[in-house]
Amino acid sequence: MLKDKYKDRIAAIFAKYPPERKRSAVMPLLDIAQEEYGYCTEEAMREVAELCGIDPTEVKSVVGFYTMYYEKKVGKYVIDVCDDLPCVLRGADKFVNYCEQKLGIKAGETTPDGKITLNVVMCLAACDRAPMCQVNTAYHYDLTPDKFDKLVIELKKG
Amino acid sequence: MEKHILLRDLDVPNIRDLAVYSQHEGYAAWKKAVTGMKPDEVITVVKDSGLRGRGGAGFPAGVKWSFIPKDVFPKYVTVNCDESEPGTFKDHHLIRHNPHQVIEGTALCAYAIGANVAYIYCRGEFREPAYELQKAIDDAYAAGLLGKNLFGSNYSLDIYVHLGAGAYICGEESALLESLEGKIGQPRLKPPFPAVSGLYSKPTVINNVETLANVPPIVLNGSAWYKQWGTEKSPGVKLFSVCGHVKNPGNYELPLGKYSIQELLEMAGGSMTGRPIKAVLPAGSSSPIIPASNFHAKLDYEAMAAIGSVLGSCSWIFMDDSVDMVWAARKMIRFFKHESCGKCTPCREGTHWALSVYDKLLSGKGTIEDVNLIGEVNKQIIGKCFCPLGEFATSSMTFTLKHFKQDYVDFIDQKKGGSDVYLKELARDHHLHELHSGVVSVNGIKVH
Ligand SMILES: Cc1cc2nc3c(=O)[nH]c(=O)nc-3n(C[C@H](O)[C@H](O)[C@H](O)COP(=O)(O)O)c2cc1C
Ligand code: SF4
Repeated sequence: MLKDKYKDRIAAIFAKYPPERKRSAVMPLLDIAQEEYGYCTEEAMREVAELCGIDPTEVKSVVGFYTMYYEKKVGKYVIDVCDDLPCVLRGADKFVNYCEQKLGIKAGETTPDGKITLNVVMCLAACDRAPMCQVNTAYHYDLTPDKFDKLVIELKKG
Repeated sequence: MEKHILLRDLDVPNIRDLAVYSQHEGYAAWKKAVTGMKPDEVITVVKDSGLRGRGGAGFPAGVKWSFIPKDVFPKYVTVNCDESEPGTFKDHHLIRHNPHQVIEGTALCAYAIGANVAYIYCRGEFREPAYELQKAIDDAYAAGLLGKNLFGSNYSLDIYVHLGAGAYICGEESALLESLEGKIGQPRLKPPFPAVSGLYSKPTVINNVETLANVPPIVLNGSAWYKQWGTEKSPGVKLFSVCGHVKNPGNYELPLGKYSIQELLEMAGGSMTGRPIKAVLPAGSSSPIIPASNFHAKLDYEAMAAIGSVLGSCSWIFMDDSVDMVWAARKMIRFFKHESCGKCTPCREGTHWALSVYDKLLSGKGTIEDVNLIGEVNKQIIGKCFCPLGEFATSSMTFTLKHFKQDYVDFIDQKKGGSDVYLKELARDHHLHELHSGVVSVNGIKVH
């Protein structure tokens, strides 16, 4: 249960909002749930709903609305490559082609070992350093095929 | 400019550390305000400086603060660090490299309006910068700069970081407030404006990160000092995020109204490809595209309006003459279709249909009737949307058609659609779309 395992973190989250506004904690709590389970499971959404004192369907609508919540299992590492206009002007389309070829999957898919999900996403606010991607929380800039190869080696180890 | 006012990390190494920031007048304005100024005096100096909001709309910050009623409690400050407009990466820079100036500006705003709590709303992807920002806030607490009874006064202030989770619309201020209240990020009907009924229905100021980063030097040095830069109507300095086909993309801090678009392009090293620059989007995908023939215009709010465009979020995407505007417009429409919150039909359905027409063009099956259809679909969206996002979506169509109609005509006549590159791009988007069907949802309802 999240509420036992992450007792202190959850208490610190609730302390940020007025006591009668528990619902404000729904997104930070979903972050914890996703960290714990890898994606927003039905069970996790129920737990978050209970903690915030709202209906599970309300939590589910939040999960459905925001792109960073996963409703299905994803790889241990999610590589989000920006293929929005500014990045593509600096070669992101060719870079995505390379990523697909290197990983042997198409954007949106996960490698058979369950390690890596490749995604293409909208602007990540780092257009000056394109091609770029985000791996889980970390940004990687000025990418080249060579740098990507090294990144994949690291990820496959972990 | 030799010394930066905002990008101070370029002049002072490690200014992100509290110790270094403090050695360079850090929190001096904060101390000055809490120990020696009335809240109204802070509002007055910001008002007199003429500082305008840097999030896009350019509304005068001090005027906004003065709308907050004095007799309603509590009140809130929310800082807009959602930064999701394609091409914008200035707030990202500030929170990572000069976080204390953002914190100090937030604190000054809170003091000025009488708020005891402020939330900094960061887009979800800014997880790591947000952790760093939190660390800077923790350091400020430890140094007695935030918390209870500051500088021995009876004023207390708490600042919290709140993370979103991926939704461009949460940059719109009322959607941001909904999101902060734990709901899906759909805009609210205005009025009432946030100054009257904002976060938790209480009076709330929402300002952009860059706007607030300007406040400490203004409070410390006065409004006349700030007005030595810029023009009468657009005073001060502004960050320009420059990207696309330029040699040296990055953030440039410039006085408003001093330089032209052409000079900005030259500062960024000119064309990266050696090919002539064809056009620029001055405020990301949302803005009316500017053809090179208008690059003489000066960089301020009024001059940009005079050439039929905007200064907006100041994200300059330069494109050389290899860029086909039909392709570029499709890329932008794809963005808005993805980011439409789904609340109102013209935007939700309009962006969907517009994208399908562009897809048809790219696939090689389009005709000149389809080009005309784009204009028709566009008309069904313009002026009919609940919030500006729908309107933003139309500018990529309206202004590429206006300035680059020939690209559309050539696209059909020369059968540019159906190339391998375009087919691959379409196939990728469609594959993702299929994978996400049943996963991507609008308003909690699963849609296409
Ligand atoms: C669709 C949409 C997206 C927006 N995104 C942002 C954003 O990412 N950051 C921002 O500061 N303002 C954004 N704005 C503008 C805000 O609504 C608001 O005007 C701004 O935060 C006010 O702060 P300022 O007066 O300091 O500029 C957006 C507006 C719209 C309509
Ligand atoms: S215009 Fe678009 S983003 Fe704005 S409320 Fe309507 S559907 Fe939502």
